[in-house]
Amino acid sequence: MIDLIAARDQPTLEDFGHDVWWIVLIKIVGVFGLLVVMTLFAIVFERKVVARMQQRIGPNRVGPRGYLQSLADGLKLAFKEDIMPTLADRPVYFLAPVIATIPAFLAFSVIPLGPTVSIFGQRTPLQLTDAPIGVLIVLASSAMGVYGIVLGGWASGSTYPLLGSLRSAAQMVSYEIAMGLSIVAVFLYAGSMSTSEIVAAQANGTALSFFGADFTGPSWFAVLLPVSFVIYVIAVVGETNRAPFDLPEAESELVGGFHTEYSSLKFALFFLAEYVNMVTVSALAATLFLGGWRAPWPISIWDGANTGWWPLLWFFAKVVVALFVFIWLRGTLPRLRYDQFMRLGWKVLVPTALVWILVVATMRTVSREADLDGGEIAVFVGVPIALVVLAGLLVASRVSNRSTRIAAARAAAGSINPTEPEVLPAAGPRRGSAGRTGPSRSEGGFPIPPMDLAVPPSPRLRSRESVVVGTGRRSSAPTLEEDGDV
Amino acid sequence: MSALAAAADTGVQLGTGEAVAFWILAPIAVLGALGMVFSRNAVHSALFLVNTMLALGIFYVVQEAPFLGAVQIIVYTGAIMILFLFVLMLVGRDTSDSVVETLRGQRVAAIVLGVGFAGLVGAGIARATEGTVVRGLDAVQGGSGDAADGNIEAIARLLFTRYLLAFEVTSALLITAAVGAMILAHTEREPGSRQSQKELSRARFLTADHPQTLPGPGVYARANSIAAPGRLPDGTPSVASFSTGIEPQDVDELPPASLGAERAGIPHRGGTDAALGTLDGTGSSREGDPS
Repeated sequence: MIDLIAARDQPTLEDFGHDVWWIVLIKIVGVFGLLVVMTLFAIVFERKVVARMQQRIGPNRVGPRGYLQSLADGLKLAFKEDIMPTLADRPVYFLAPVIATIPAFLAFSVIPLGPTVSIFGQRTPLQLTDAPIGVLIVLASSAMGVYGIVLGGWASGSTYPLLGSLRSAAQMVSYEIAMGLSIVAVFLYAGSMSTSEIVAAQANGTALSFFGADFTGPSWFAVLLPVSFVIYVIAVVGETNRAPFDLPEAESELVGGFHTEYSSLKFALFFLAEYVNMVTVSALAATLFLGGWRAPWPISIWDGANTGWWPLLWFFAKVVVALFVFIWLRGTLPRLRYDQFMRLGWKVLVPTALVWILVVATMRTVSREADLDGGEIAVFVGVPIALVVLAGLLVASRVSNRSTRIAAARAAAGSINPTEPEVLPAAGPRRGSAGRTGPSRSEGGFPIPPMDLAVPPSPRLRSRESVVVGTGRRSSAPTLEEDGDV
Repeated sequence: MSALAAAADTGVQLGTGEAVAFWILAPIAVLGALGMVFSRNAVHSALFLVNTMLALGIFYVVQEAPFLGAVQIIVYTGAIMILFLFVLMLVGRDTSDSVVETLRGQRVAAIVLGVGFAGLVGAGIARATEGTVVRGLDAVQGGSGDAADGNIEAIARLLFTRYLLAFEVTSALLITAAVGAMILAHTEREPGSRQSQKELSRARFLTADHPQTLPGPGVYARANSIAAPGRLPDGTPSVASFSTGIEPQDVDELPPASLGAERAGIPHRGGTDAALGTLDGTGSSREGDPS
């Protein structure tokens, strides 16, 4: 019975392309509005979550509990002065943010948001469109999105943006390979590249009999293909230029990276594109690996969970969880060095993905020859392999971190100098000057602010009646900062 | 165009949508190709080429070869042209084509030869496809013709059965090219003669004064001139913040804090508190000049 309802609501490829024009229009506007709203939400969500992780409050002024902050920021951005650098290549400088934004929106058109529903009496799938090559459209869009960043950095006519765009060109091309390879296993399992059919393939779990007890195995590809899922997650973080892989806009190295010279609406477009990309890859992760719009297990017991408009809720819950992971990573991990980053991409992710595709293809062939069900093989072979790999990684990381843990334990026990300090003889003062009196940087270590440091109160404070004398003295002394513009 | 003519000959009707797509995309593709040839700036040329490739990709999709279209966009426009751009960006943005002809008459010769070659190839293709019967995509793909049974399966079947040898040979060729490029670009170095990024980074953290970026004039600085050094918390100038190329000099700035007096809470004339002004009016008291 459940299967029948689900099967009726599950759109197939034939259901697309027959909509009335106003339904198409509603869907287009809906997807656009959805992405903009999700962007606004993601920005304020990110700021609040990161603030919480850093024990701050975060934005709390605009709107209820500060949730309208990004709306205010967006308006502010739109009204800022638009600067065109003298050395900029004008047409390309103007086009770059547009090129970055359009594919970001385009990619979302193939994401299935829900089953077939009724809109004003028309039965139509909750998905703008689908094609036999659905997922490839997302890949193509992200490949086009690279141009926006690369050209923006090049056209700025400035060094830091150029370096940022060179980095992003190398980064996005190499991580796109890992991303594409991680999806191949999903294609093999689902037998299709269309997003709606991949969701359909995750509809029903495999019936397993485990030591006589019958139960339904997991149907999500995240469980059946764990290696693919992990590689996909890592690769899309690199693909969307997010921390810890945000080397194209590493603020401590490249100022702002590729968008250093951009301001006003053009900058806002880059910002929008980055967050829309984040939402899109999160939605794609939900679609490919987390069962799409289908309800997760405890809810899916309820018959109506996968019908009507309810799936929108499950889908966006999954998307928000994925966004949270993005933010969590940013709040936790330091940025990688460039060579570490490239090594991870080319020497770890790509070979692992290739070997994994081989394994999956072998498993598929064996299961077909032996007339076994694919899900069964994945659960009985894939999950143990994944557990062994995870255990191996855990042991390896504990072994490699052993000295750090011992040092930390000693430090906690009260040792001042838990390990031998690994500091070479200090270099002399960099460039001595006559008036240098304080302790050398290398002698005294890091400059630690005095414990009793009191920051002078701001002279711009309202109650400055008592400051009058000080201000007067300042104006009488011509050597002070405000008069001496050297 | 020849395909269109052939289609017209055999009486196959073009859909309105297809015709509209053709007449929109074809000028874009041709203009992109012309722009690529005539543009002076190499990056602009590359962008025009991207434009043409994108239009071709959409053409494939319109002609019900969606897989080919997607691959065209992902591989050619997405990967190969990005690598082109990468190289062009490394070359430098101001290197435009030279207008000076080093070989006399090369432009005319190139135009004549180009037109001749295009005519030759076009005529060859037109002759070769002259008598071809239009069978339709479904017949070629061997499917039942509905949307779900499509182009991808047909391409896969052909690639891994009939054209398997060609497919494998092509991949061997590509791998050879990649390995060859790596060997050509590889320079043999004495081990340890050049530090890797990892070693440089370790060395910087272990030996140098500064694992991080050098300090700028921060909250402790008293002037915004680039010649004014940043201040350490105790008021002394930070040597590390001296700008390269500028002799450290005394610029006009707020008078330096005298060490000790301010810490001890003794108000004095030259102190930062006095200069900035405080709420409790310590700046008003003048008890001699500590400096």
